[in-house]
Amino acid sequence: MKVPLSWLKEYVDVDTSSEELAQKLTSAGLEVADIKVTGGSWDKIYIGQVLAVNPHPNADRLSLATVDLGTRQLTVVCGAPNLTTGDKVAFALTGATLVNGHTGKVEELKPARIRGVTSEGMICSEKELGIADNHEGILVLPQEYEIGKLLSDYLGDVIFDIEVTPNRADCLSVMGIAREIAALTGKPFKMPDLSYQESEKTVESMVSVEIQAPDLCPRYCATAIEDIKLGPSPKWMQDRLIACGMRPIVNIVDVTNYVMLEFGQPLHSFDYSQIKGKKIIVRRASEGETMYTLDEQERKFTSDILLIADAERPVAVAGIMGGLATEVRDYTRTILLESANFSQAAIHKGALALKLSSEASSRYEKGLNPELTYYAAKRATQLMARLGAGTVAKGIVDCYPGRTEKRPVSIARRDVKRLLGLDLSLTEIEKCLRSLGLECEKPETGVIYAFKPWWRNDINCTADLVEEVARVTGYDNIPLSMLSSSLPTGQGSRLFAFRQQLREVMVAMGFQEIITYPLTSLEVLKKLSAKSEIDGVAPLKLENSMSRELEYLRNNIRMGVLSVMARNQRNREIHIRLFEISKVFIPRTRDLPKESEILCGLIDSVVPDIYWQVKPKPADFYFAKGVVQALLARCGIYADYLPGEDMSLNPSRSADIIYNKMKIGVVGEIHPRVLANFDISEKAFMFELDVDKLFTIAGKQPVYKAVPRYPSLARDIALLVDAEVTYDKIVTALKKFNIISEVRLFDLYEGKQVPEGKKSMAFRLIYQAGDRTLKDEEVDGIQKQILAFLSKEFGATLRS
Amino acid sequence: MLDQIEEVVSQANAELQNISSFEELEAWRIRYLGRKSKLTSILRSLGDVPISQRKMVGARANQVRSILEESYSSRKATMESNVAVSLEHDKIDVSLPGEPFQIGRIHPTTRAINEICGIFSSMGFQVAEGPEVEWEYYNFDALNMPPDHPARDGFATLWVDYHTPTGTRPMLMRTHTSPVQIRSMEKTKPPIRIISPGRVYRYEATDATHEWMFSQVEGFAVDTNITMADLKGILFEFVRRLFGQDRKCRFRCDYFPFVEPGVEIAIDCFMCGGKGCRLCQNSGWIEILGAGMVHPDVLRGCGIDPEVYSGFAFGMGVERIPILRYGIDDIRLFYSNDLKFLNQF
Ligand SMILES: [Zn+2]
Repeated sequence: MKVPLSWLKEYVDVDTSSEELAQKLTSAGLEVADIKVTGGSWDKIYIGQVLAVNPHPNADRLSLATVDLGTRQLTVVCGAPNLTTGDKVAFALTGATLVNGHTGKVEELKPARIRGVTSEGMICSEKELGIADNHEGILVLPQEYEIGKLLSDYLGDVIFDIEVTPNRADCLSVMGIAREIAALTGKPFKMPDLSYQESEKTVESMVSVEIQAPDLCPRYCATAIEDIKLGPSPKWMQDRLIACGMRPIVNIVDVTNYVMLEFGQPLHSFDYSQIKGKKIIVRRASEGETMYTLDEQERKFTSDILLIADAERPVAVAGIMGGLATEVRDYTRTILLESANFSQAAIHKGALALKLSSEASSRYEKGLNPELTYYAAKRATQLMARLGAGTVAKGIVDCYPGRTEKRPVSIARRDVKRLLGLDLSLTEIEKCLRSLGLECEKPETGVIYAFKPWWRNDINCTADLVEEVARVTGYDNIPLSMLSSSLPTGQGSRLFAFRQQLREVMVAMGFQEIITYPLTSLEVLKKLSAKSEIDGVAPLKLENSMSRELEYLRNNIRMGVLSVMARNQRNREIHIRLFEISKVFIPRTRDLPKESEILCGLIDSVVPDIYWQVKPKPADFYFAKGVVQALLARCGIYADYLPGEDMSLNPSRSADIIYNKMKIGVVGEIHPRVLANFDISEKAFMFELDVDKLFTIAGKQPVYKAVPRYPSLARDIALLVDAEVTYDKIVTALKKFNIISEVRLFDLYEGKQVPEGKKSMAFRLIYQAGDRTLKDEEVDGIQKQILAFLSKEFGATLRS
Repeated sequence: MLDQIEEVVSQANAELQNISSFEELEAWRIRYLGRKSKLTSILRSLGDVPISQRKMVGARANQVRSILEESYSSRKATMESNVAVSLEHDKIDVSLPGEPFQIGRIHPTTRAINEICGIFSSMGFQVAEGPEVEWEYYNFDALNMPPDHPARDGFATLWVDYHTPTGTRPMLMRTHTSPVQIRSMEKTKPPIRIISPGRVYRYEATDATHEWMFSQVEGFAVDTNITMADLKGILFEFVRRLFGQDRKCRFRCDYFPFVEPGVEIAIDCFMCGGKGCRLCQNSGWIEILGAGMVHPDVLRGCGIDPEVYSGFAFGMGVERIPILRYGIDDIRLFYSNDLKFLNQF
């Protein structure tokens, strides 16, 4: 909302600086985004009159304008479509400071040759002057402006650009802002007089209003003006419209725009002669009903669109756009002026459905007080009369089915103290509220009953009143304290800390954390599958997805991580190690989806090959497994790895990670089919762990074991076993001997040196007793027993 | 006795010639010069020597002792210089590149969340988390957002294709972390102090300053006697710990449906020091947090009596912190996962 200071001064005396005023408004919830001093840099911008408009010799869309500046006449090249001989315009001489209409930057106007013609200045638009963003065509000034005078003599002002929060639609008006200034600076608010001269003929005799949809239209006011004399509005009105970024058009339009800016109430004028049956009906559209709107489009309505109709047909889309048939034209003799209140929801739905949005509709969408309609109707009618735009009929037709009882809200000293921590007397509280226009009653001691003023919508409970007190007192005056209340019991979420521990271990092992989107497409999900459809339960779908790529809620993390690897490989990254901890969404019947947290790690097999020493080894299955084992060890978890059947992984080189018969994850080499689908160039290795399960397992405290006090003994043995015997089986067998504290495989061989179908495994066994230093002889004896056992179990023999 | 001394000398000298390590040298020193050395025992048994010889034997023993000590130090010096010479031969080019060790990094969003939650944890707040797919009730209704609030539009919120028998669509991707307030207050009775980080989603066209997925941290406290002064104190302290002790804070009225009175907290711009620049859009202030006193209707809806209890709530965008700190000019970089971006933090 752009508000000129000069206009605000009509309702309130301002003796503080613009900066201080802006700071006060901002603090009270009306953020002043910008203070623009217009005219300050206009020392080379004059009032000119267009004497002639000729076509540019070398360009179709440009014209040559001769402009009279009083002392001299200059020719400029101009591209504006609305340039008309006789118009008064803002003319900038070279050297003037202007806003570049395309870039928005402030620049000095340079002399220019455009298509072979020298341009001796520029005819400005609002944007170039820095008044508004309008850049279509040039700004046409009131005829009263004197040729040769500086523009700043007429339009210099301070413009506040204020961001109004959704609860304060009343402040989308000059009067609303002025009321705030009055309260914040302790000055009285000066309400303009709304009286006017009326003719004998009554509005009631001209039209009747019927509201058939009172839920969508709480109030409808109408006045009528006869003997319309169209003409320009006076300079003071045009100046204010221009300063607020609106273009003056013709008196009756200017008045409705002026009152919309002043009171915040949108108004609409109908050509009375086109209203059939002297009747206005506010009703829902019948399904499929049509009408031509002002923009000459035929509109088709559904039954939830609110229409203004006469006895026969629709004449306007309520609060959004007028109908073409009842548009006010040059020959209009009588206008019917509408000042109505429509529900936020009705206008919001209508604007969305018709893809139409206007200044009026956006104001209705923010919610206006029905009380406003009456005052705005009176003001607009008064201005019509004052401007000599016509003769005003007597009275106002006021249909007000949505009238509500005035209900007070109570506030006591205690309420302010317990919400703000600020101890104010009841008198001080009352003073704050009264300054904002609230009526206060004190039926009993210690409490105020406050009634909200007619322009406010947002004061409905004690907390609302407390906010008003805080705003007027100043948020800066609220003291500082540090929560003296007792600390809560319980621990909060330990999963948060656990997840962070997982991240730190991953990072320590060289993995980069990534975060991917949880939405995806069926196409991407299918990339993981061996069949043409998706594995597992169908994923949840969005009702209103933003694009086909973001239509489904993911049921796995890996597809995101794989995509990130592919993307980075395209950027020529190598040696990629990624991990993500995020949620997957598993649909459930009649409930929110189950959100499981998964840790997914992904490793490529490309290593930097330009190192000058021994080259690093490319990753393989055992690298990925090593990462998993280290991560789990950090959580105190020692799991089993059994051949797995994950569809995304190579069936010969993947494992399910099992703890206590529960599958907690997978690890393996990515299936070549999946690699190809994701366009990943080399082998890659992946693991996934269920974070929720890890958290449950790791939640148990580790059990302390005494640190060994006696030295251990190491013995190496090389065994020859059948090729099918897995490492796991031998280790399990060895671990049955309690004296063996550790088994390390240090060599594995299959090939020419050993018989066909056999393999050689060399282990280092660490013997450790808790109560004595082991002697060689004792260990020799045990090792014999072990060999006998392995020979019996697996047919193992010592390899010589 | 003298013969014994001479024997020690010749034996010691012979041994010393063959010593090659510092360990052997030390053993030699203990053997011939230590408290239990032969020489020491000879000196100790001087009382048994006839008085006539005692003086001479004692003098010789002491003389031998200093000779051996000298031999020891000279041998030690030689060996040390030998070591220095051999190390000289080992000289390498220390400017050659080291092993290409891979390091990982935590995502800048996670880092910021940890930092924020860490500060609030130290002020007695506990971490709580909620689902990312939510019921409309928790995301909107319970937070005092009217049924026709524009945030509920299909052009603002991502709705999940899930229909109840009555045809309503109550499931959505949460648009803020505020539903955790409701879930926590339904479960726990005051005193409550919660900090809740998480991802949130909007129906949004993306550009350099807009992303449809981002992160928030929500915090709130409910108890008897919690005032806006507490909110101001806690958040000012938070801002100073996050952005530095010299930062100035602005505490102004703002509007959010689920708080009343509402507050916005901004810090003075650290690029321009408050004079106005591109970063702060010429205002001199950078908005950091939205906050306020929990709306009485919200408390009531969770079964907490607003006449007895009061509370404050605040929320902040997480990505904003690294964006401001590192001068990142495009929010889309956070979740496009380009390693050349992630590698920088
Ligand atoms: Zn700045």
